[in-house]
Amino acid sequence: MNNLLVKTGGWLVLVFLAFIAMVLAVDAGFAVHMGIIMSACLIGLWVTVSKADYAAIGRGILKALADPGKYDDDPVRWGIIATIFWGIAGFAVGLYIALQLVFPALNLGLEYTTFGRLRPLHTSAVIFAFGGNALIATSFYVVQRTCRARLAFPRLARFVFWGYQLFIVLAATGYLLGITQSREYAEPEWYVDLWLTIVWIVYAVVFIGTLIKRTEPHIYVANWFYLSFILTIAMLHVVNGLTVPVSLLGAKSYSAFSGVQDALTQWWYGHNAVAFFLTVPFLAMMYYFVPKQAERPIYSYRLSIIHFWSLIFLYIWAGPHHLHYTALPDWAQTLGMVFSIVLWMPSWGGMINGLMTLNGAWDKIRTDPIIRMMVLALAFYGMATFEGPMLSIKAVNSLSHYTEWTIGHVHAGALGWNGMITFAAIYYLVPRLWDKQRLYSLRMVNWHFWLATIGIVLYAAALWVAGIMQGLMWREYGDDGYLVYAFSEVVSAMEPLYLIRAAGGLMYLAGGAVMVYNVWMTIAGHERAEKPMTETPHNVEADRPIVAEPAE
Amino acid sequence: MMTNKKRIDEPTGTETVGHEWDGIEELDTPMPRWWLWTLYATIVWAIGYVILYPAWPMVHSATEGVLGWTSRGQLEQQMAARQMELEPIRQALVSTDMRTLEGNPELMQQAIEGGRSAFKVHCVQCHGFGAAGSKGYPNLNDDDWLWGGDLETIEYTLTHGIRNPDHDQTRFSQMPSFGRDGILQSNEIQDLVSYVRLLSGREKNSAASTRGAALFEANCAVCHGADGTGDRTQGAPNLTDAISLYGLDRTSLTDTITNARFGVMPRWGQRLDPATIRMLAAYVHSLGGGEKIPVAETAAEAKAESGDNEQS
Repeated sequence: MNNLLVKTGGWLVLVFLAFIAMVLAVDAGFAVHMGIIMSACLIGLWVTVSKADYAAIGRGILKALADPGKYDDDPVRWGIIATIFWGIAGFAVGLYIALQLVFPALNLGLEYTTFGRLRPLHTSAVIFAFGGNALIATSFYVVQRTCRARLAFPRLARFVFWGYQLFIVLAATGYLLGITQSREYAEPEWYVDLWLTIVWIVYAVVFIGTLIKRTEPHIYVANWFYLSFILTIAMLHVVNGLTVPVSLLGAKSYSAFSGVQDALTQWWYGHNAVAFFLTVPFLAMMYYFVPKQAERPIYSYRLSIIHFWSLIFLYIWAGPHHLHYTALPDWAQTLGMVFSIVLWMPSWGGMINGLMTLNGAWDKIRTDPIIRMMVLALAFYGMATFEGPMLSIKAVNSLSHYTEWTIGHVHAGALGWNGMITFAAIYYLVPRLWDKQRLYSLRMVNWHFWLATIGIVLYAAALWVAGIMQGLMWREYGDDGYLVYAFSEVVSAMEPLYLIRAAGGLMYLAGGAVMVYNVWMTIAGHERAEKPMTETPHNVEADRPIVAEPAE
Repeated sequence: MMTNKKRIDEPTGTETVGHEWDGIEELDTPMPRWWLWTLYATIVWAIGYVILYPAWPMVHSATEGVLGWTSRGQLEQQMAARQMELEPIRQALVSTDMRTLEGNPELMQQAIEGGRSAFKVHCVQCHGFGAAGSKGYPNLNDDDWLWGGDLETIEYTLTHGIRNPDHDQTRFSQMPSFGRDGILQSNEIQDLVSYVRLLSGREKNSAASTRGAALFEANCAVCHGADGTGDRTQGAPNLTDAISLYGLDRTSLTDTITNARFGVMPRWGQRLDPATIRMLAAYVHSLGGGEKIPVAETAAEAKAESGDNEQS
């Protein structure tokens, strides 16, 4: 009873504090955010009170402990649902802003729906909400299996999930309200940053705690990647988020850095968001799900060591290549470029290890659509990590910088690599997490594969053409020695390519919709009658933690 | 669990390392040679590059690199090279009398090309990239000029701008706000609108337009002329043609007469160099409506000049 009282009281105090902050807020955006936090605390309060087992408390019975012979998969299940939900939201907003570029009327004349506010909503939704949830969920799944141990702090793991969702809601609503730090991929203001820092530290505690209580002698390579992701993102987030709030009851803050130092800090963070959020932990997913789905050993242990250490050592220095030909000193630009080039092979090490793991199971590319997704993801990973070093070369960058080529490059990586490996992991996980014989339909996975693939090809090809055309038009001199095109002429020349890109985005979103249906039907327990494709069997008996037997 | 589970993997014939996690094993395959050698090659290249170019931060500055290259230096070099290329044309343009420019087709053509480029940077925002203008921004392709369309006049307009209150030499005029300031009643304005539309052939003669004619005579003719053909010395538009900056429909005309208009163009003399302004003048002149510099004036001044020459 006492426990329940403490919890209820705690929620009430938080509701009260949020209410006071809302009333005293110096700007409307901060007030809205405090209102959201208050609502979240009220929901917490309601859940605490309504879910309490009063009969058990009355009789003084302790709550039964969770079955130690099973993995703690609740946060993973929630994470998979959240991944799919935010993914569809992020893709849809992306499609909408792609259409805004062709039909400006879609800005609707409202400040809340302008491109400038929806664009960070899109990028954060796909990177941090879709990608982030996928990473947290799969890391909780993978670390338990490869350590043969349950999550170290089950309550904290749940806090990580819900705390992260609150972060997403605060970030997303903040963008629409115009609350922004104006730091790309780190737009949320100081108080949301602080909240994320707390959530992230707790995440690290849960993950490292689970590693410590492992029953396997060694730490599996996927966990090295997850760990480096968690630690480095914490460092990047804290340094890039160093700001001074104008008021403790207001949204606005100012960066601790100024001028080119600020720009470099921002891109040190920005590039490593690509590195340690979109590359390293997704490689962790690859290192677990590819060998599991293919039922083959990892191609090369030695390669995994060398490419892991060289990748994380080199990646952290590559950020200055985002600031070529700017006020950033030449020496920093040089180092950014040089480290990017040397990064090429370490990046490809992951692709080689993933693809070559299929040695002895190549036929599955033909018969198993999930493997096919993984192979495509690795192919796009390889392409994007070749294109990246190439774009970091100053001569290439002088053409590509500020053009659509960059956006095409990012999406080849995001849609092709991050998206496809995440979809593959979702399709692997859903029947296992919800204890089903198989997916509702593997044929629909195939449909998803082709819709997404054609979508990516349209998207990337359109923006390659648009970007190179744009770069060439900007710098084109006529025979008389004068620039040929007005900026606005370059803009209008891109219209058809923007349309093709939107069509690609629509196909990718359609693939996502097929996935929603497939996952929904699988969880509901249906199986589509269809010609079978290759299934990877699920060994339920082996999917258990090792429970320490009491000494006889 | 701790036992070594090394074994030979059948499909590849490679030995495993001996670890196992949730059924996942690892092969002891050596790193691919091409991968390793490419990694080494990029490292060697990187070392070479950081020797050649500025790279390592020291206490006060950074290593400069053997080549002595800087991005600023490269920019300056390229800009200087362009400058060298264009300087003769710019010099020639600035030193040429605008009245003789048309007699020098080669220089005129070079000026037009330069103007075309500058127009795309500075002028398209208002006049559009076909120079066709829009409501409130004149179309520069026709021969209907507010302030005059010969090379010298265009150059003057560009240099001093239109209605820059802080500049004495600017083109300046202000039509009264006949309605807002209570000079005319709204029914009178409607009569005037009818007359102006009659002038440009949009309406037939009517009682209203007849009343409007009298009002025009009293209020408007002083600037727009008795026949409504306008006056370039004060930028008063010709009302007898079908071209209008703000529209000839009743609503627009009512608005114009009631509130007047105050179109502004920046004075480019304070932003662009004289050669570029001349290029812009040549380009605008070439668009289709360019006029000759009035002959009488030209002849008189040419005479005076030649007279000067004789004296000297």
